[in-house]
Amino acid sequence: MSGAANREQVFATRMTLALMKGKLKGAQQGHSLLKRKSEALTKRFREITRRIDDAKRKMGRVMQTAAFSLAEVSYATGGNIGYQVQESVNKARFTVRARQENVSGVYLPQFEAQINEAINDFKMTGLGRGGQQVQKARDVYAKSVQALVDLASLQTAFVILDEVIKVTNRRVNAIEHVIIPRTENTIAYINSELDELDREEFYRLKKVQEKKQIENARVDAENALKKEAEIQAEVAQLAAASSGEALTAETEEDVIF
Amino acid sequence: MEGLFFNIDNGFIEGLVRGYKNGLLTSSQYINLTQCDSLDDLKLQLSSTDYGNFLSNVPGSLSTSIIETKLNETLYEEFRYIRSQATEPLGKFMDYITYGYMIDNVALMITGTIHERDRSEILERCHPLGWFDTLPTLSIATDLDSLYQTVLIDTPLAPYFQNCLSVDDLDDLNIEIIRNTLYKAYLEDFYQFCMNQLPSPSNEIMERLISFEADKRSINICLNSLDTDISIDDKLKMLPELGKLSNSAYKNQLTQVEDLENLKSIITSVGEFKNFFDDSNDKNLEDHFYEYEMRLCKDAFTQQFTISTIWAFIRSKEQEVRNITWIAECIAQAQKERINNYISVF
Repeated sequence: MSGAANREQVFATRMTLALMKGKLKGAQQGHSLLKRKSEALTKRFREITRRIDDAKRKMGRVMQTAAFSLAEVSYATGGNIGYQVQESVNKARFTVRARQENVSGVYLPQFEAQINEAINDFKMTGLGRGGQQVQKARDVYAKSVQALVDLASLQTAFVILDEVIKVTNRRVNAIEHVIIPRTENTIAYINSELDELDREEFYRLKKVQEKKQIENARVDAENALKKEAEIQAEVAQLAAASSGEALTAETEEDVIF
Repeated sequence: MEGLFFNIDNGFIEGLVRGYKNGLLTSSQYINLTQCDSLDDLKLQLSSTDYGNFLSNVPGSLSTSIIETKLNETLYEEFRYIRSQATEPLGKFMDYITYGYMIDNVALMITGTIHERDRSEILERCHPLGWFDTLPTLSIATDLDSLYQTVLIDTPLAPYFQNCLSVDDLDDLNIEIIRNTLYKAYLEDFYQFCMNQLPSPSNEIMERLISFEADKRSINICLNSLDTDISIDDKLKMLPELGKLSNSAYKNQLTQVEDLENLKSIITSVGEFKNFFDDSNDKNLEDHFYEYEMRLCKDAFTQQFTISTIWAFIRSKEQEVRNITWIAECIAQAQKERINNYISVF
């Protein structure tokens, strides 16, 4: 991970720097939120796993008694009553309703079993023989279907939660290990670029100042020389005048009007 | 005197049936069966009995239903063999035995017809002993009237239908009522036949057996109709006019009673049925019924020169099939604690 590679391709300007800082802040906030979500989901997930375990054990027991009660039915009725039961059923006694539950923004389907006690289509089956066993087997099987329905909603929740937890963890990791370092790198890069620019600017200013000073010095020197010359000329004039004989000493031009 | 001419017609068959009876599993054989750990062990144990190698041609792994089917096949085979040897009135007697299964088949056919099921699918499920030639044609009927006019009139069941034929439509509630009404008519007819046509002591033994069969049905019908909306009239229509519970005092009580406790007290007031609701030893009513019936059947074998042994044998064999199936089921499902619920009297 070279510093240059792992950053965004941006122009190093103060505006991008502000943008990047905003982005970093957003990423950190997102990271902590997602992390919390993932933790909440994992907690739920563990709970569901435990309940699935219970439900499966329970199902094993219930199914066993159910299968056995069927054996009792065939012993008592002495024949195959499956067909009669099958044909006499036309309304569902056992219904399943699905609703949704919201866990940290994840919608989990929940199945609820409902038994309508009023509906009993085959209560006449085995009227002359073994009717009680038939009803008993029906009750036991209703229980086992209930266990299956419970298990079904848990299992669906399990699969969905598993998927969501994976996605969330991927996001958390992506933010933690890719987006945040990259943004930080970019900020560092922009900072260094800006510093570099600052230094260059400073140096340039210094250079300009130096040039200006040299120029000033030269101009000053020239001015000084000029001044000197003027002074000397003046001095000479004054000297001539002060000798008193200035008028005489020098042949004046004739003044011609 | 009754034994004097019996052997002319029925000696061979009686010998045969008693031979079959000796082939029924004994208590010690049952104990051996319950010790098995798998269905293959069971097969091995059964092969040392009269069943022999009846499971040897089964491909793949054994299941309880396969065993049950095979056991039933041996029963049907024995029944058919006896039937083919029978002379009158034994032939008629054996036909009467099959009528009970015919009623079940007819009820099944009617149920299937109402729901427009495939005919072959229903025929597969029919009881082989209750098979008659016109059975497949039952499915052409759409209502009870035309069913009677076109098909049932030709079957032996025709007289029974006369009594319960009404303009009611065929619905599922009625199917069960029809079945039980038919059965009632059948039991009464069978009873009359035994009383009038069979020589003593066959008729005496059959009286006991059929009476109990009738009582069993009465008790079951009353018990199972407790929570249903079957009217008292319908119940009266289904209760057979014979047996210990058939006098009108009992009948009125039985049909009018509305809760289990009262029903129990009525039934247990009959001496023979006193302990039927005793549910110690994991026994339920059906077990008591079967046990009582098996005792009657065992008693039936003690008399010689009777054709009632055939009925007793069929019943015992059916019970044996149920027993073995039960044991197989217990082994297959590893529920050994109730494996001893079978009924063995021999």
